[in-house]
Amino acid sequence: MATVWYALVALMLATYVILDGFDLGAGALHLIAARSDEERRAVLHAIGPVWDGNEVWLLAAGGTLFYAFPLLYASSFSGFYLPLNMVLWLLIFRAIGIEFRQHISESVWRDFFDGVFSIASILLIILFGAAFGNVIRGVPLAADHTFFVPLWTNFLPGANPGALDWYTLLAAILAVCALSMHGALYLIMKTEGALNARLRRIVRPLFAAVALLTLAALPASVAVRPSLLDNYRAGPTGWIIPVAVIAGLAGAFVFTRNGNERNAFLSSCLYLLAMLSGAAFALYPVLLPASGDPANNVTIANAAAGPSSLSIGLIWWSIGMAIAVAYFVIVYSMFRGKVSVASTTHM
Amino acid sequence: MNDAQLIDRLHFAFTITYHYIFPQLTMGLAPLMVTLETLYLRTGNPDYEAGVRFWTRIFGINFVTGVVTGIPMEFQFGTNWSRFSLATGGVIAQPLAMEGVFSFFLESAFLGLFLFGHKRLGRWGHWAAGVMVFIGSWLSGFFIVMADAWMQHPVAYRRLADGSFEVTSLLGVITNPWGLIQYSHVMSGAVITGAFAMAATGAYYLLSGRAPGFGRMFLRIGVIAGAIASLAQIFPTGDMHGKYMAQHQPATTAAMEALFHTEIGAPLVILGQPDIEHERIDNPIIVNRLLSFLIYGTPDARVRGLTDFPKQNWPDNIPLVYFAYHIMAGLGTLFAAIMCVAAFLLWRGALFRAKWMLWIVLLAFPFPFIANIAGWITAEVGRQPWLVYNLLRTADGFSPTVSAGNALFTLLGFMGMYAMLSIFYLFLVQRELAHGPAPASQQTPETPATISGAY
Repeated sequence: MATVWYALVALMLATYVILDGFDLGAGALHLIAARSDEERRAVLHAIGPVWDGNEVWLLAAGGTLFYAFPLLYASSFSGFYLPLNMVLWLLIFRAIGIEFRQHISESVWRDFFDGVFSIASILLIILFGAAFGNVIRGVPLAADHTFFVPLWTNFLPGANPGALDWYTLLAAILAVCALSMHGALYLIMKTEGALNARLRRIVRPLFAAVALLTLAALPASVAVRPSLLDNYRAGPTGWIIPVAVIAGLAGAFVFTRNGNERNAFLSSCLYLLAMLSGAAFALYPVLLPASGDPANNVTIANAAAGPSSLSIGLIWWSIGMAIAVAYFVIVYSMFRGKVSVASTTHM
Repeated sequence: MNDAQLIDRLHFAFTITYHYIFPQLTMGLAPLMVTLETLYLRTGNPDYEAGVRFWTRIFGINFVTGVVTGIPMEFQFGTNWSRFSLATGGVIAQPLAMEGVFSFFLESAFLGLFLFGHKRLGRWGHWAAGVMVFIGSWLSGFFIVMADAWMQHPVAYRRLADGSFEVTSLLGVITNPWGLIQYSHVMSGAVITGAFAMAATGAYYLLSGRAPGFGRMFLRIGVIAGAIASLAQIFPTGDMHGKYMAQHQPATTAAMEALFHTEIGAPLVILGQPDIEHERIDNPIIVNRLLSFLIYGTPDARVRGLTDFPKQNWPDNIPLVYFAYHIMAGLGTLFAAIMCVAAFLLWRGALFRAKWMLWIVLLAFPFPFIANIAGWITAEVGRQPWLVYNLLRTADGFSPTVSAGNALFTLLGFMGMYAMLSIFYLFLVQRELAHGPAPASQQTPETPATISGAY
């Protein structure tokens, strides 16, 4: 039962990364890719009706994590206290950047809100990437499964690491490039004209950067956590994941060259899904590894809520998710197709 | 008191108090906007639609502010209250996760359609989107109140070997009688806030002579809803809540009333300052035997005083519980009086000419926010020294690894963030109020674009 919840929470987080990933990536490119007020409005139209719903996946995943694995929630949220609070502040900045802009028509204010939105998006991606790196590298868990990481120590992933070190910064840079690529491919699919052409130019070097950084991340990850390959060594099923990573990245590149915008974006989704599955598969059954003694690991077994709580939750969770997916299908199909730069409202 | 614990408590108190300014208006305005739009569909009068459009813009700003200040709440259980989360996650995280799964997805899907979908959805589609947003916001409130109710009055749980809690019946948790009473009280409180905001806006447009037609429309709906809700706030919801509390949290009731000694025929203190050191009320204005009557329905009933309970189980800030409760109850009584007089004048057809009453309605609008928040302070500080009543102490709930300095750092950060947010909020709402509702005759498809052209 606890393993089912591990898969479900991982699936919710992956959905979050894939969905909110494209609007975060669009935010990261917002100032560079969209130059005029019309173009910036086009970017915001492309993500406007869906970004809030995408972000709800983070809240729903957080709530589900809290309920299914209270120890993981309690330990990691208090342990990552400072970076997590910064994530919260950035989420506030980003939301007002998107939502308050439309209430003011003066160009100075619009430039201000565009800047807030874009910078907050970039910083959020950096923190999310670093968080991902932290989970792979491990944190200094004590015997009671508590820990506290400062923002940084000596930037080395040793026994007493900070949230930021060379490895987690590598993960952060990879995240910035990967989600910018993802966001660019989404925007290419949703826009036309000069903005579309500029995005195509921007995405080309991003492909190369993502490929190189992905390649570099593998030996780096094994260096900081040698046991990462154990699950892969145990059987051949796991090797489908690196194949999917390569297929996703290659697909994104080839489909973009051929002008198949939808498939390019879907390939990028596959790439992100494969990268996250790769990490989830490698960590299982550990939820949060200890940088020191493996006995202090937070695992599925020691973190799960009581069995009766877990089975009760499965019922409402399934119903709720089915309804949520239906909403997403409705909203995305209502807003399908390219946004027109000239139009003044979504509708 | 450990410094970290104090700062963690201030952290939660500050962020939740600030947050609750916005959802109470969201939950209060939502049914009123649906009412306006229903009137539009039934009468075909385009002014109602223009009224809905006007409120939609303010609602949008308010909703976003509520969302962004709400996200930190869901994370704060883990960041600042990790031992509490660890012990109770199996129970209270269920309603919290259900809020995410059942109401946040619903709200996020339909809010965009409601805010910008006038053209695409058509009249009935837009009305339906509004109803969905209304349901989503009230469902959200429901799950939050049920999580809190379990902390106030734990039901349907079992303790595991490590001391943590597990749900035995989810139905039991979401039909907790305490929670159902509290929910009705909280929601009618939210409607009071929404109704006063709408009525005050109407009074402002009438007094300033800017848009008298809309002024009358907003006043009529605000006053009728306000009269109903402010009466429901006292009876039956407030009455039931008070009686249930006296039965299950008698020490809290004693603190709310600052009743130090057990009395037969206990008086109700209307005004006065509790003096904890000397166990008495200074400058009291009291009504004899009324408290006994209110709680037990008979003026001679025995009401237990604080000294009847061990001191370590007293709420640790009795004056705050007492004042918060008296502010809530006093203001609630005033709201009922204001709205009943206004409703009487409305019925006699004299409200729109009664300038003195319009001024009262206009100036009263901040007070429901204060009363709602004072009510929550009564409930939450009144529950002290417990996180989970009688089962888990507040002193055993905060995060052991987060130092007082780090907690203070983020508390100050939130204060700064929220100061900035307040300025934006007031600035943007003021612009919408100044712009005002556009009469249907002046409304071209381009007009909304100049002020709220969806990005």
